[in-house]
Amino acid sequence: MHIVIIGNGIAGITTARHIRKLSDYKVTVISSESEYFFSRTALMYIYMGHLKFEHTQPYENWFWKKNKIDLVFDRVTDINTENQSLSLQSGKLIGYDKLVLALGSTPRPLPTLGAELKGVQSLYSKQDLELLEDTKGIKQAVIIGGGLIGIELAEMLHSRGVHVTLAVREKQYWDIVLPPEEAEMVGKHIISRGIDLRLNTTVESINGSSKVESVTLGTGEVLECQFAGATIGVVPNIKFIENTAIATNRGILVDELLQTNVKNMYAIGDCAEIKQPTKGRRAIEAVWYTGRIMGESLAQTLCGTPTPYNPGIWFNSAKFVDLEYQTYGDVPAKIDGDLTSMFWSEEKPERGLRIVYEKATMKVRGFNALGLRLRHELCDEWIATGKTIDFVLENLEALNFDPEFYKKFASQVTSQFKTLA
Amino acid sequence: MNRLGTVLVVLGFSIFLAIPFLTTHTLTKSIITKEFNSDEKTTIATKAFEPVIEKTVSTWQLLSATGKAITEVNETAIANYSFSTENITRLENLAHNNSLNAKSIEALWGKENFKVIAFKNYGNWLFGREFGSDAELESNIKQVTDNIAQYEVIPKKGIDKYAAKSLKYNLAKHSITGLLHTNALLFLLLTFGLAVIGGLLMLQSYMAEKPGIKNNGTFFHPAKSRKWLGIIIGTLLISFYVLLYFFPEYMVGWIRLTDSISYKLSGSEAGQFFLYGFMYTVSMLVMGARMLAKYRHNNYQLIRTGSVMFFQTIFAFLIPEILVRLNQPYFDFKNAWPLDYDFFFDFELNKLIAGGNLGMFMLVWGITFSLIAVPIFTYFYGKRWYCSWVCGCGGLAETVGDPFRQLSDKSLRAWKIERYMIYSVLVFAVVMTIGVLYTYFTGASELLGINTFSMRQVYGAFIGAGFSGVVGTGFYPVMGNRVWCRFGCPLAAYMGIVQKFKSRFKITTNGGQCISCGNCSTYCEMGIDVRAYAQRGENIVRASCVGCGVCAAVCPRGVLKLENDSNTNRVNTANFVRK
Repeated sequence: MHIVIIGNGIAGITTARHIRKLSDYKVTVISSESEYFFSRTALMYIYMGHLKFEHTQPYENWFWKKNKIDLVFDRVTDINTENQSLSLQSGKLIGYDKLVLALGSTPRPLPTLGAELKGVQSLYSKQDLELLEDTKGIKQAVIIGGGLIGIELAEMLHSRGVHVTLAVREKQYWDIVLPPEEAEMVGKHIISRGIDLRLNTTVESINGSSKVESVTLGTGEVLECQFAGATIGVVPNIKFIENTAIATNRGILVDELLQTNVKNMYAIGDCAEIKQPTKGRRAIEAVWYTGRIMGESLAQTLCGTPTPYNPGIWFNSAKFVDLEYQTYGDVPAKIDGDLTSMFWSEEKPERGLRIVYEKATMKVRGFNALGLRLRHELCDEWIATGKTIDFVLENLEALNFDPEFYKKFASQVTSQFKTLA
Repeated sequence: MNRLGTVLVVLGFSIFLAIPFLTTHTLTKSIITKEFNSDEKTTIATKAFEPVIEKTVSTWQLLSATGKAITEVNETAIANYSFSTENITRLENLAHNNSLNAKSIEALWGKENFKVIAFKNYGNWLFGREFGSDAELESNIKQVTDNIAQYEVIPKKGIDKYAAKSLKYNLAKHSITGLLHTNALLFLLLTFGLAVIGGLLMLQSYMAEKPGIKNNGTFFHPAKSRKWLGIIIGTLLISFYVLLYFFPEYMVGWIRLTDSISYKLSGSEAGQFFLYGFMYTVSMLVMGARMLAKYRHNNYQLIRTGSVMFFQTIFAFLIPEILVRLNQPYFDFKNAWPLDYDFFFDFELNKLIAGGNLGMFMLVWGITFSLIAVPIFTYFYGKRWYCSWVCGCGGLAETVGDPFRQLSDKSLRAWKIERYMIYSVLVFAVVMTIGVLYTYFTGASELLGINTFSMRQVYGAFIGAGFSGVVGTGFYPVMGNRVWCRFGCPLAAYMGIVQKFKSRFKITTNGGQCISCGNCSTYCEMGIDVRAYAQRGENIVRASCVGCGVCAAVCPRGVLKLENDSNTNRVNTANFVRK
């Protein structure tokens, strides 16, 4: 049995590692991005000088040979689903018994005029990071779009002394995900860190002859800049399979066993679109751990134990410059219907906590934490077992995952909520 | 502010480095008389010192003259007190006549003669002996006379290796004159003073930024990423340690600067280890302040750093000096065996036993601390309570060494080497201690055929000075700030075993939140691949973890937490990652 995986990101590599744990099938991983697996989430730290590229590699280079995982540093140009083979850019042909597509995402193209100018780019791949070194010595940058990559790119450039304007279309930063209070807090934090955050701001055009020279905002204001970040989100990276028999919608459509419509072919990670997501989950979730869990599940399936993909209760985390964010369960941007919530925050230290629960049953449904850390295991367990808000408030200290000697928050949160109630 | 600070630090260090070259000496007859300590030697030495006496000379000139004087004294001693060729012929003649015995040699040179007394001690096995051949006779007598020259004449009538060392140091230290001598306090301010003020001004760069993790540009920095400045710092540190342990006579100018402080504290002049302790403490305080500024958002780091600064200043530096002033034994109450490897050496034990009630208390304290308190505290809090809260080596690593923490090797190979090395040192330390105690109580100089004195000498030179000092600190800018703690410290090894198998301490991994970014592993000074555990959703229980808490601090996703929980199921965690 020869299993070929296209893509050496977290999804593809996890699949490979777990297949090796479970079987002695031949495993080949093909990537045109990098020779060895690295953590994409850490690219920003290389630019900022926190890490070197080698530090972003979770396994030493000898690991792959020792575990008989063949790495091929090449680009797949064509998939022949009939005779189950792949054509590579180098001219090589690789046959497979099972094919795993772990193609990842690609930045959503900026529809703005001038997006093709030099100095306009996003940050997704290792090549993007290398290209970003062209920003050496620049003075101003405008980042268009306020998601997680937008703020990362802003923080990166700011760390090298570049004046950064972050142009965000929405009323509040990331308010399609964050409830108003959190969005406002994060927005204030970003501004306090020296980034020029512009809310309610659209971009009319990017200007320049060959290189970007300025950005014109919707208001007509022209911002001089030598770099424009295009960070309006990512989309599944499925361009090169568009004209094949593989069924796609926004991503590659897969069932709960991560199978595509084509025999012996699977899709995982950012590029996969789950036809019927489990409760509380979306069809495409381009986050690190879902790629990992898909890889873990698919390896089981491929090695003889059909295992449906079940990521469990939603969670995620991020860091907005210095402000950490964790979320567990359901915390919609707009909390209404049968859900209600309590929000507590303070300015020094800068932190906040939201607890979402069902109006009728008082059962807890989700948590948002800013500037403080919560214990994943307990949040998950309390949501799964339907603990009530009273129980949560009474036992809040148990959720605290902050380092030792940090100012405690449980009693403050509890007393504020009790006075409100 | 930051620029001014940098200028002051560079200036302070430059003046410091210039001091050995600025130091001048004027040797007087009275200094020679005092240091040579015998009329005979003084006369010879004074003659040998003729070209430099009462003249202003550099340390190098002085020490080269001292070397010549010592050679002169020794050559004269050999000429006057050991057996000449003619003497040896006489001894051979006696032996030929079967009359080589105490009486006959006394008759030759007199009963009270130095040679005669020595020969009776060293050569009595020859008395009355028959020799197979002339050659055998000659070689036997030669062996005895050579031994006498080496073990009697040189130490008693000349200057042996150990005496030469302290003689060189004392002559150099006590003959300092000129600018440095009369303005020692000014130079103290121009070196330490400027460096300290400059260092504190440089903190402005941290304070100007908002609280939070400050690692921007670490791997672009010339000192923090094995670039030119790192190499320079490493070279200076290594040179400093080599001088400190092996050639202190060249550091007398620096030592002179700290005399006034030493007099205030202990009432006696400064020696090389006072200078070292002073520099160590001052550097730890300044770089500790840097740590406090850098991590001012993180209470764990604030309290922990405050703790190492406190223990170094009060327990390692001030209390021992004040004890000396009070005529009590010099003692560091927070030092624990086997890091404190000479705690059980005869001279240490004798010193404490002779130290009255307080000395006895120190002896009992030291033993209780090392053998009972250390494992108990480690059970409750992990070895961090010592390594990153109390220990002096750890304190230096956590403050002065913090800028270099990311340089530790995280490879599996390094971990393998680490385990071989650190446990070998532990075994060596334990065997050596058993050996010296055996010698102490039985008087036998050998244990299982190994001389316990040479065992402790080898340990002192290679582990105590070479490893913990020269390599341990000198290699900060190359191998990270915990080289000694990770590869060599026997106390860390001992607590590591307790931590691994019987402790409540662990680093908890927060479910499935890890994104494998690698900040934790990179900034782990002990070279633990923290990410390898975190990305598996597994808690971290490692013998080497010193609990500095930086992995948890640099984690951008709130994944890691240092905890004292329970001793059972420490590694297991919730099932967010498939094993």
